[in-house]
Amino acid sequence: MEDMIFYDRLQFAFTITFHYIFPQLTMGLSLMIVYFKWKFLRTKIDKYNNAAKFFMKIFAINFTMGVVTGIPMEFQFGTNWAKFSELTGGIIGQTLAMEGMFSFFLESSFLALFIFGEKLMGQKLHFLTGFLVFLGSWASGWFILATNAWMQHPVGYEILDNGKFVLENFSALFTNPWLLPAFLHNQMASVVTSAFVMSSIGAFYILRNKHSEYGKLFLKTGVVFGLISSVLVAFPTGDWNAKNVAKYQPGTFAAMEGIFETEEAGAEIVLIGQPNMVEKKLDNKIAVPNILSFLTYQEWHKQIPGMDQFDADELPDNIPALYYSYHIMVGLGTIFIGVMALALFFLWRKKLYNIKPLLWTIMFLVPFPYIANITGWYTAELGRQPYLVYGLLRTSDGISPTVSSGNTLFTLLGFVALYMLLGLLFLVLVGKTINEGPTPKTH
Amino acid sequence: MEIFWYIAVGIVLTVFFILDGYDFGAGIIHLFFAKKEEDKEVITKSAGLFWDSNEVWLVAAGGMLFMAFPTFYASVFSGFYLPLIIVLWLIIFRAIGLEFRGQFKYQMWKDIWDKSFGVSSLLLALFFGIALGNIVRGVNLGSVENGVSAHEGHYFFLPLWDSSFSPLTEHPGVIDWFTIIIGFIAVVTLTIHGANWVILKTNSSINSKLKSVIFKLNIALAVLTLFSLYVWQIVNPNSLDNFIHKPYLLVFPFIYIIGLVGLFFIKKIKKDSHAFVLSTLLILGGITSSLASLFPVILPSINDTHEDLTIYNTAASEYGLSVAMTWGIIGFILLFVYMIIQKRLMGGKIDHMDYGH
Repeated sequence: MEDMIFYDRLQFAFTITFHYIFPQLTMGLSLMIVYFKWKFLRTKIDKYNNAAKFFMKIFAINFTMGVVTGIPMEFQFGTNWAKFSELTGGIIGQTLAMEGMFSFFLESSFLALFIFGEKLMGQKLHFLTGFLVFLGSWASGWFILATNAWMQHPVGYEILDNGKFVLENFSALFTNPWLLPAFLHNQMASVVTSAFVMSSIGAFYILRNKHSEYGKLFLKTGVVFGLISSVLVAFPTGDWNAKNVAKYQPGTFAAMEGIFETEEAGAEIVLIGQPNMVEKKLDNKIAVPNILSFLTYQEWHKQIPGMDQFDADELPDNIPALYYSYHIMVGLGTIFIGVMALALFFLWRKKLYNIKPLLWTIMFLVPFPYIANITGWYTAELGRQPYLVYGLLRTSDGISPTVSSGNTLFTLLGFVALYMLLGLLFLVLVGKTINEGPTPKTH
Repeated sequence: MEIFWYIAVGIVLTVFFILDGYDFGAGIIHLFFAKKEEDKEVITKSAGLFWDSNEVWLVAAGGMLFMAFPTFYASVFSGFYLPLIIVLWLIIFRAIGLEFRGQFKYQMWKDIWDKSFGVSSLLLALFFGIALGNIVRGVNLGSVENGVSAHEGHYFFLPLWDSSFSPLTEHPGVIDWFTIIIGFIAVVTLTIHGANWVILKTNSSINSKLKSVIFKLNIALAVLTLFSLYVWQIVNPNSLDNFIHKPYLLVFPFIYIIGLVGLFFIKKIKKDSHAFVLSTLLILGGITSSLASLFPVILPSINDTHEDLTIYNTAASEYGLSVAMTWGIIGFILLFVYMIIQKRLMGGKIDHMDYGH
């Protein structure tokens, strides 16, 4: 039984982590493509149009990857989490089905039109198709976040005698207080990823001295979008989310902040330290007193309950993983603001394109926003444990009753192997596109 | 309300099989009939341009099924765990083949990716047919053995096969001689459909040869269909009841027959799109007839202990289904609009369309 839950969770974690490499880029990138296309409509300078088309190619590769790795996500609700699907499908099925209906079709139809239809439909319509792709991909994020928000903070439901959750209030799914902050935080984080990817390609072109006109455009746009989104990710959207966790999941809040013991006169904020689960404390801790109370409640001496105030089976089952995920996300987010602010400063002083160390840094930072996005999601998901539906349905009660652990281990290994091949394909395709560059081929 | 969603999911799923069916079929044609490099390339392209937007229909069908019939979703997806995951792997593997092919200069590598595209297309067609076979045959709900259920009555688990390979044992597996026959029917149908697609969308040099291939496959299909009707009676003796009690349901088998008979005149049909419509009718008629013969059952139980799963005992709440109907209708209208826009811009032969992302 324990094995079973572990393999089910591991398989879902692995496949969703791999899947989320792709949508986080496409959501942010679609916004930036719309920006380029709009710039082109305003200025009629071809450079902007080529940039939009170039990034739509990268978008398309990621979209394809997102589709093939997304189907297993949906299937796994039924294959591995049958009991959870049976009990809650009447509610989360709504948002998941709406995602298929309202966002995937929109995104996939207009993506094809954007790529193949420029000559046929003229520039204004072409801009419109780009905008609809953006709308589709953000709507997709909205519905997924609505699904997750319900699992984090269930609303609008009723529980029948047989344990089934039935929908009582449809609109409550979308006015859930968890949803908007989580959605905005997530979308800003995906703009961070796309801005870093764009800056990184820009820095690469400049350093490589190839397509350098586009390199400068990408770097400039990436840095501006990057700084704005990095700031917005932390404040106000990250702040709102932290307050929601403190309010609705206080045990999770204590665990992710690493507060083992409740302090009477205000909680400190931990910058560095390793959770020691045996002695229930943080090793080699560096912390600043009272800051956490102030950030969360704007009161220096507000008491925040530590993990000592909760039953062990109400707390997340993997506290160190939760703590690290959260701190890695926050730490990286801070670094992103610093690097992008520095880059913007030099951009303003018209020196950025010549400062090689900074260009190298920007180029190699590209994996980190992905890590920050994924650890952010780990924080949300590990933080919700030991529940699938917070406070109501335990993870151990959600797995498929008839699938054996051996089968799950087998399929997990299969996914690992296949996704390695898929990852290789992805790198080859993206690498090739970047190498060809945004300059249109002359036939 | 259950009926509305049953029809809605049925439509989306059928559209998925019609759309992704042609690119599976193109893969099978590519595997067996394309010899020259230009033909291989253009056939790959005729699938490669469209497969990902076709698979969006699968995602949508899954989402709707999950929303409307959560108990069915949970039961069937966990019960058919292994075949479903294998289908996922094949879908991914096929995508790898399709997308990798164009990235290599050397013939050896192209050949490998060609095979992976072709073989996974073939196996997917086979597995989808086997899946349909399992649904109409039914499963041992509750995994009953000697009158004792191992699980709740709406759960089960099927191994890939049982050593007897018979659909008539107490615990049939996913693959048995009956489901294999249905699997072959699916392969032949989708191959015909794919051939029509290739003829419709490309100017490949094998187009005229494909017409005689379709003719021959159609003979095989007619034989298989008659044979399957006979064995269907053995496996599920009640399968004709619905048609006897509600004769208007005979319209679905009739659609299938139009497709089947029409395709015998493939060489005389002037417009390629008409032939494609005929093979579309085959898929449409085949799936709807199977569903109609079971209705309102969606998964028969083969033991006496547990009831069949029907659209009524697996559905979500009335309120949930009716709210969803409101947004569902809006969604379908939007979808229809997108399809018209897309058809107008992406019609015609694709030989000279720029592909390779």
